[in-house]
Amino acid sequence: MQTLAQTQPVAMPQPKRAWWRDIVGVALIAAVGLAGYWLFPDNLALLTRVIAMALLALSIDLLVGYCGIATLGQAALFGAGAYAAGIACVNGITEPFTLVLIGAVAGSLAGLVMGVVMLRASHGLPQLVLSIAIVQLFHEAANKASAWTGGSDGLAGLSPAALFGVFEFDLWGRTAYLFGLGLLLTVFIVLKFVVRSPFGMLCRGIKEDPVRVGAMGAFVFPVLLKMFMISGSVAGIGGALAAISTQVVGLDSVSFELSANALVMLVLGGIGTLYGALVGTVIFMGFEHVVSSINPFHWMTLVGVLLIVMVLFAPRGLTGLMETYTGLKLGKRGGRA
Amino acid sequence: MSDLFRVEGLSKQFGGLAVSRDISLSLPEGERLALIGPNGAGKTTFVNLVTGQLKPSAGRVFLNGQDVTGLGAVQRVRRGLVRTFQVTRLFSEMTPEEHVTLTILQREGRANRVFARFRGDSAVGGEVEGILATLGLLDVARRRVGEIAYGQQRLLEIAIALALKPKVLLLDEPAAGVPSTDTPRIERALEQLPPSLAVLMIEHDMDLVFRFARRVVVLAAGEVIFQGLPAEVAADDRVREAYLGSYAHARRVA
Ligand SMILES: Nc1ncnc2c1ncn2[C@@H]1O[C@H](COP(=O)(O)OP(=O)(O)OP(=O)(O)O)[C@@H](O)[C@H]1O
Ligand SMILES: [Mg+2]
Repeated sequence: MQTLAQTQPVAMPQPKRAWWRDIVGVALIAAVGLAGYWLFPDNLALLTRVIAMALLALSIDLLVGYCGIATLGQAALFGAGAYAAGIACVNGITEPFTLVLIGAVAGSLAGLVMGVVMLRASHGLPQLVLSIAIVQLFHEAANKASAWTGGSDGLAGLSPAALFGVFEFDLWGRTAYLFGLGLLLTVFIVLKFVVRSPFGMLCRGIKEDPVRVGAMGAFVFPVLLKMFMISGSVAGIGGALAAISTQVVGLDSVSFELSANALVMLVLGGIGTLYGALVGTVIFMGFEHVVSSINPFHWMTLVGVLLIVMVLFAPRGLTGLMETYTGLKLGKRGGRA
Repeated sequence: MSDLFRVEGLSKQFGGLAVSRDISLSLPEGERLALIGPNGAGKTTFVNLVTGQLKPSAGRVFLNGQDVTGLGAVQRVRRGLVRTFQVTRLFSEMTPEEHVTLTILQREGRANRVFARFRGDSAVGGEVEGILATLGLLDVARRRVGEIAYGQQRLLEIAIALALKPKVLLLDEPAAGVPSTDTPRIERALEQLPPSLAVLMIEHDMDLVFRFARRVVVLAAGEVIFQGLPAEVAADDRVREAYLGSYAHARRVA
């Protein structure tokens, strides 16, 4: 094989540097996040909720956008993180970063369980059905284990300690919001590295053709299971953030509805870029806030119409539209667009 | 017994249709074997059986004297049994460079790493460049596979197989769809393979077959009807009959 190199001394064209785009992207996310802080000081609770949902949507993108696994049960992982952080908090572990870590670990364990079950099925529809079944089971389990979770009343009375021992989680939600923004940026940067790693490339390959990946000598199942755990830890961080910021955990955090909404946000923004998850969440929840305060019925109608329009006319989501009209690539997509 | 690769009595039925019938053959180290036969003779099915993509109805597969019939496709690849696909199976959003890099990282057990750079290793980069150069793919190395010519995609199939450093290489019609100006690249790549490697090539291009093969096996209706030297194959009555068509298609099990 050593002799091959001498056959043709032509060099490959140099790789285009994608890094500056992501540096700009991360800077933009930070700028928008801080702008939200200054512009909407009365709505920081809502904005923190947006960040928690963005983490959930990101976690779905890892599965849908990079592995081709459809799921309508991701809130099981979000809820696992929320309840784990919540239960830890009412039992005396109140340091915020520790709570987030507990949420991440719980989410990734839930992801492991979910992956083991969902990967039994090899196709989209059975996987989708299993994911719904799992989130319903988690929901029921959280309901039944009321001694721990508070059941349908929810788990209340969380009082997380001050951030860095200095910044109290205040009534206006300033600390919670900035904490959430920091978490989101950190997670986003880490995920950008993950999806570009050898592992991330393997996942993209599996998304397009698992048989080819097998013929390359790589096992598919452990790779996907690993992604389920990474995805679970991201969702779990989102859940923990929700728990810390609202100081309650309710059954709605492990619901099918939450899972479905997060998937809609992701599809709206566009799959397989990570940016789409953020854009979709912000736009979806922004619209929801504005329209549903006028008339809740209109909101549901609008979501329906919006989805139909997106799927028919912009199947690659808002970020896809943006790429088309600006010629700017947000990053290599996880597979066929 | 010292054969690098051997199959014994390999059979496969789809429903009532016998697509492979009691196929036995072996490849010693360094073998260059051409497997030919009319369309639908069961050549691709044979490769699928051997590599573990399909489960045989009967028969065994041996690699280095070890029975690998019970192993999955991935395990067989890891033991050095590598194939290419007749209809390319590639990742349309990835570049040729990324395909080969991923394959080499996999071979070295590093493809599952989360906290590592994909393109960080210059030794891997050099090997990738060498393989792509051999197959004339350097100038499209960083284009999306979906954008490059079909012939180049076929060459990439071979590049991926070479990157695995196989012991036994099964090529399913490597030259089909490759422009004739590029077939010398395939031949050159094959000539540069380590001499100990055993290669089985399925091919319809008889010129290529005669230049490449030291031995020819003819498959018709799922059955081996000829094994021998390239020079003898054209004179064989059953082979001629098979190619005239009366024998070409798989028959019902009696
Ligand atoms: N999964 C399957 N189910 C049923 N029949 C099949 C299946 N796969 C292949 N066959 C049949 O088996 C026969 C052999 O097919 P195979 O693809 O192995 O032929 P081949 O020799 O590779 O032909 P070609 O030269 O056209 O590539 C064909 O008649 C085909 O229709
Ligand atoms: Mg074939």
